[in-house]
Amino acid sequence: MSISIRAGLVGLLAATALAGCGKKQEAPPAAETAGAPAATAPASTEEKVVNVYNWSDYIDPKTLEQFTAETGIKVNYDVFDSNEVLETKLLAGNTGYDVVVPSASFLERQIKAGVFRKLDRSKIPNWDKLDAEVLQRVALHDPGNEHSVNFMWGTTGIGYNEGKVKAIDPNAPVDSFRMVFDPAVAAKFKDCGISVLDAPSEIVGVALAYLGKDPNSQAEADLKLAEDLLMKVRPYIRMIHSSNYIDALANGEICVAVGWSGDILQARDRAAEAGPGNVIKYSVPKEGTIIWFDMFAIPADAPHPDNAHTFIDFMNRPEMAAANSDFINYANGNSASFEKISEEVRSDPGIFPSAEVKAKLFPDLAESAEFTRLLNRSWTRFTTGK
Amino acid sequence: MTARLKRLGLRGRNLVTAVPYLWLIVFFLIPFAIVLKISFSTTQIAMPPYEPLLHWAGEKMLQIQLNLANFAFLVQDDLYGTAYLNSIWVAGVSTLICLLIGYPIAYAIARSSPSTRNILMLLVVLPFWTSFLLRVYAWIGILKNNGLLNNFLLWIGVIDQPFQMLQTDFAVYVGIVYSYLPFMILPLYANLEKLDLTLLEAAEDLGCRPWQAFYKVTLPLSKPGIIAGCLLVFIPAVGEFVIPSLLGDPGMLMIGKVLWTEFFNNRDWPVASAVAIALLLFLVIPIMFYQRAQDAEAGGGVHR
Repeated sequence: MSISIRAGLVGLLAATALAGCGKKQEAPPAAETAGAPAATAPASTEEKVVNVYNWSDYIDPKTLEQFTAETGIKVNYDVFDSNEVLETKLLAGNTGYDVVVPSASFLERQIKAGVFRKLDRSKIPNWDKLDAEVLQRVALHDPGNEHSVNFMWGTTGIGYNEGKVKAIDPNAPVDSFRMVFDPAVAAKFKDCGISVLDAPSEIVGVALAYLGKDPNSQAEADLKLAEDLLMKVRPYIRMIHSSNYIDALANGEICVAVGWSGDILQARDRAAEAGPGNVIKYSVPKEGTIIWFDMFAIPADAPHPDNAHTFIDFMNRPEMAAANSDFINYANGNSASFEKISEEVRSDPGIFPSAEVKAKLFPDLAESAEFTRLLNRSWTRFTTGK
Repeated sequence: MTARLKRLGLRGRNLVTAVPYLWLIVFFLIPFAIVLKISFSTTQIAMPPYEPLLHWAGEKMLQIQLNLANFAFLVQDDLYGTAYLNSIWVAGVSTLICLLIGYPIAYAIARSSPSTRNILMLLVVLPFWTSFLLRVYAWIGILKNNGLLNNFLLWIGVIDQPFQMLQTDFAVYVGIVYSYLPFMILPLYANLEKLDLTLLEAAEDLGCRPWQAFYKVTLPLSKPGIIAGCLLVFIPAVGEFVIPSLLGDPGMLMIGKVLWTEFFNNRDWPVASAVAIALLLFLVIPIMFYQRAQDAEAGGGVHR
């Protein structure tokens, strides 16, 4: 969930080379003919390869090894670190990927553009392990859950440096968006450093929620209200970036960040590794915030759709989903995996919020093209402060 | 075989000169044509996310539809004009600083003994052995509040509070000047190294003081080097995106960021293409000036 620049392109080159597997020789020869109907027989005629394009540092490599060991399907694993990079590739077409992992608000538009094929649920027997609430929430982006399966989900909240924040104000409202949206509070942390995501739709959304408005409102008047709120605190914000804040928060360059749960937990771990100097905490603001989903989906022109289904099903085995949640510290959308997740991850309210907190979470729905333009124009006024 | 090629007018010399033309066609002209095409299109939610220019209307009617609104849009909103001017300002100031730092360095290298000259030139190009992105990241480590520079200044007692350097315009200038300085030094060195030293002796014989000789002889003769160096710094600096994004204040509006927003946030490839075309036109004008200066340098008669 981060926007990045050339770093993303560097990441693309990092394809994982997996150990070859003995079963490979048994694979039938590549006999794919254009226009052949998707194989209905259980024995697929596809070449034993699946091309996966996922976020960087977003999977337990052991699950990939086990997948190849069990199925004989070799995984070509590429990584990206921004939804934008993925979207551009998908819209240009012919990516050659079989499984991609966009966030749900991006997936929503991509479905409309005809990027994905409908999933064949008969090839995903683990479908019944999926969390009912997650399915229901995702359906707001992907009607009928026809095109995607949730991999991981998280929230957009507040990361803060406990020591530095308490030193400035022992009663700082760390569980509220007042930390950044209340000018009187934000002013106190100006010199300590405040960062917000460079994600217009999300920040305007949480600003509207803070104002008690519909976070997905596409009314110009509401946008104006959000912009006025943001403008008032603009002088106190040092950084507007979607990935730089992780390190900056970890090493004490900034002390308050509006960011993605997984990123802030990563900053927390990095700070802990570096020593006792900076203690980073994550809170889900009490006003309610965005819940986002990273979704497995299969491009319409995927060369190996059967293997893609097999891969998605494998990752939705409760053991695999739990292994991945443990490895990357994110919540997954597989309810059967919950008790297999380690106690440490399972009981972290930053990863698995309480039902009470969850009730206040809302989606970041895709806007119309016209509103997107207004939104981004407003966002540019905010970032430039004019 | 050779005879047949000759009949087609393909002599060895033509084949060699065809290579750069081919390069330009494949890597410049064709991509430019694609971007130009998209800039006249209209956005839609599809793959690719813009409408085709050509479409069949009726059986034998091929219609071409050019949408000029994208270019009109750039003029209507002052965002684009401001961003262009800002980018040109930032690039211009950076180029000037590069020139002021690069000229003495190039001069010193050109005047040093041939053996040290090679070592010095190697040192100038040495940074290219590491990734550009990595070097920009390194500046974060130097400029941040708990970074090398602030800690050094605190240690020697010049300041008693860390000085906010990262996320300022200062950091962007440092980043651009640092990254593009070699592009200023290399053409200047190539030019100054060829300078005929007897001309300087003659100037001194005729009563010039050293600085007058520099001003009246060296500087005018090095003009092609100055122009080449300035263009090599200015042109990439105008479109710079990475350095302001990583080091700069988020309020610094540059055209690279505007292009990013159009392409990735608004998902409006046609307007993004129009921004790119307009930027290209902005950059072609200085190149034409350079070309003219080169022609004048060559004596006006010989066209290079």
